[in-house]
Amino acid sequence: MTSLQLTSPSWMIIPVILPLIAGLLSFLLNRGIFAIALTAALANLLAVSILTCQLLSYGPMRCHMGGWQPPLGITLRTDGPALLMLLMTAVTGLAITLYARGYFSYRILDPKRASQHQHQQRYFWPLWLLLLAGLNGLFLSSDIFNLYVTLELIAIAAASLAALSGKPASQLASFRYLLVNLLGSITFLLGVVFLYKSCRVLDLDLLHNVPMNKPGISAALALMSVGLLLKTALVPLHFWLPPAHANALAPVSIILSALVVKGSFYLLFRLWFEVFAQLITTPALNVMGTLGAVAILWGAIQAMRQHRLKLMIAYSTVSQLGYLFIAFPLARIDGSTQVWSIVIFMAMAHACAKSAMFMVAGTVFLHLGHDRINDLTGIRANLPITVLAYGIAGVSLMGLPPSGGFIAKWLLLSSALASSQWWWALVVIIGSLLAMTYVFRVMSRFFVIPEGYSSAKSTPPSPLLEWPALVLAMISLFLGLAASWPLYILSTGNPALAQVFSGGLP
Amino acid sequence: MKTEEKILRQAQNRNKRLDAFQRLLLFLIICLITALGTIIWIIPDDTPGLADAVVSMQEHSGVESSVTAVLLNFRGYDTLLEVMVLLLAVIGAWSLAKAPFPRQVTNTSPVQMGVVRLLVPLMFLVAAYLVWQGSHLAGGAFQGGAILGAAGVLLLVTDLPCLRAIPAQLLRIGLVLGPLLFVGVALFCLFFTGNLLGYPEETAGWLILLIEIACAISIGLTLSSLFAGGHPEYERPQSNNPTESSGNGEKP
Amino acid sequence: MITTLLYSMTGLLLFAMGFFTLIVHSHPLRKILAVNVMSTGVFLILVATAYKPLGMGQIDPVPHAMVLTGIVVSVSVTALALLLACRVQETSNLDLPGRKKQGRIPEESGQ
Repeated sequence: MTSLQLTSPSWMIIPVILPLIAGLLSFLLNRGIFAIALTAALANLLAVSILTCQLLSYGPMRCHMGGWQPPLGITLRTDGPALLMLLMTAVTGLAITLYARGYFSYRILDPKRASQHQHQQRYFWPLWLLLLAGLNGLFLSSDIFNLYVTLELIAIAAASLAALSGKPASQLASFRYLLVNLLGSITFLLGVVFLYKSCRVLDLDLLHNVPMNKPGISAALALMSVGLLLKTALVPLHFWLPPAHANALAPVSIILSALVVKGSFYLLFRLWFEVFAQLITTPALNVMGTLGAVAILWGAIQAMRQHRLKLMIAYSTVSQLGYLFIAFPLARIDGSTQVWSIVIFMAMAHACAKSAMFMVAGTVFLHLGHDRINDLTGIRANLPITVLAYGIAGVSLMGLPPSGGFIAKWLLLSSALASSQWWWALVVIIGSLLAMTYVFRVMSRFFVIPEGYSSAKSTPPSPLLEWPALVLAMISLFLGLAASWPLYILSTGNPALAQVFSGGLP
Repeated sequence: MKTEEKILRQAQNRNKRLDAFQRLLLFLIICLITALGTIIWIIPDDTPGLADAVVSMQEHSGVESSVTAVLLNFRGYDTLLEVMVLLLAVIGAWSLAKAPFPRQVTNTSPVQMGVVRLLVPLMFLVAAYLVWQGSHLAGGAFQGGAILGAAGVLLLVTDLPCLRAIPAQLLRIGLVLGPLLFVGVALFCLFFTGNLLGYPEETAGWLILLIEIACAISIGLTLSSLFAGGHPEYERPQSNNPTESSGNGEKP
Repeated sequence: MITTLLYSMTGLLLFAMGFFTLIVHSHPLRKILAVNVMSTGVFLILVATAYKPLGMGQIDPVPHAMVLTGIVVSVSVTALALLLACRVQETSNLDLPGRKKQGRIPEESGQ
């Protein structure tokens, strides 16, 4: 029973194994599925908190699967960035679980659509729980082939979820989504093959010590990066994202937009700035930065032009993903330490804010039966909490002061100016202004109350639809006020990072 | 007429444009492949693989076949996730559609019936042998499961009600059996040795065999269900042999 | 050495052919097949890395296990993609990108 002590690294497997079991059970059983899912989400949060305590007291940990040491076996590990991503997933995951419950139990009068809800709910839970397991596995894994397997797990679950709504448009989008993901996975796998051919090592820690100056490793990195960029939907490769995210069911849109793209991005980032950091050249970083800048502007402009709320939010995801990449060229200046905090912070803030926004869109859709932006009038009278959540999430997306988005953008601006690369700062500012435009465009419709509109005509939705959105929006807001705490976790076990944060925060 | 001509010309133009695009693409791909091919050429072939590591640990793995040792012991965690991927495919398929298979295959020829009747038991036998053989030669759960899946496909395309007679809930149990047992064994090992999937050395062989048998059954059912292509809550043709109960239902 | 190289190059060629088809052809079935050809190419290269001539030492079993995993993953994804493609063709009036207007593909005969 040594495995249950607090110091044991075996806690690490719980975020993977527990949702896995819950997913299997929710597929098997007919009753009490929500209880299983909620238990799994809560236990996942608990396990991740325990892992955080472990990290803070004992530093980064390794867990060898089956007790086999690295060249042979698979290793899981925790460190600052991985734990922050896990925390993000656990918190958002819990909120999504609650929201999905509210969404599926929303009373629908049309009997045909009601039975459809039953069907969707039946398959939503196992798919979502297995997806959660895959995401946690991705954040924890330290073995490049195992990472490929988790990527596939995520891709299949995400594509099935995207098709769940049963609408032809969503199925077509999901088909594209699956094909693109598949292409990304295969390219990634080809990269893994090149890597294995060159150094016969699969473990990321061991790859650190391998001499990097072989052409095979560069080719491997290039192939893996292209594969992951496809999955992350950076701008020229983003074409599949908006239809897939916008046509899915609301809880699914949240999962895809807030969590799934972050998985592949996190892996890409980790490969570039940790494992293969020696190989990265300044032109490569600049290319990524440029693509990121194009993504910010293009995504924002497209978001402004949309007529449907969910499509607008989906394009906003394309734009926000650009911020993650624009941090790349700033890495050279201070030895790539600050870029970690920018990117992780941005990812967390975006996950919370974007989930809140898609929750709002889903609630509005259930309430009105459509999400055309021009006809969203009068929502404020019926769904005040939802509108509040939208406003707060919008604040974080725009990057106004107390929010998490602000901290990330502030770090981005300050390091861009410090390294006299002012053009990146310019893009960030323009992007924020554009974000302001598209957020306010919807906001203004919410507040219009048409003549003769009576707020009493509809029943208020269940609290499960409104409160998770508000709580997530609040988290994204207060992430900025409590910024030192995540940065402290990030810097644990990484002395270079600890110095950066001693004086740099607003 | 005029509009038709117009459309035709437009289509031709599009074809031409596509041709230019195709040529460009072809050129780019050839460049890419030449580069990658050169790199493969350059990579020295003398790097020692993990073969020695596997050989030195082989005796602790509980099986004699090195591939099975890697698959289910050294990298068992990968395999655990991979079994989940298969199950996910079924869940995804079931969420998409009803099985379009209740349509009666009425005109099955007697020859086909006869061949299937002969073949299917044989295939079960081969599958069982492959799973058993996995511990010391090539073979194992996936190979055995693939054969079982093929048998399932044969049963589905022939008008034998065996697979369709399995109630949905039982089918679910069969599908989940392998993954659940795998996770169960993994946790069992966690409590006994402190490592997930760290089999106790003396029972490792048996635990691996147990996992392989359960997984083979589940994989066979998974592949058959994928072929059937949807969730099984359809109006089943009233089968006259409701005695079929086990996962790999033997036929009369 | 030459055997490994031969198989690797064939694998690369398959990868390239699949990639070309995937982009150029727009029929969903061809796209799915193209992806399958691509993954077969990758598996071929992977298996070739494990090869050792007789008497030159042990064959590396790790790539074998990886290929086995990869095949299983590819089977599941292919099945799902095929089902999705069928589903889209059955339920939608939307045209799949490559579907010819004249109804070259016969309508599915219903459930």
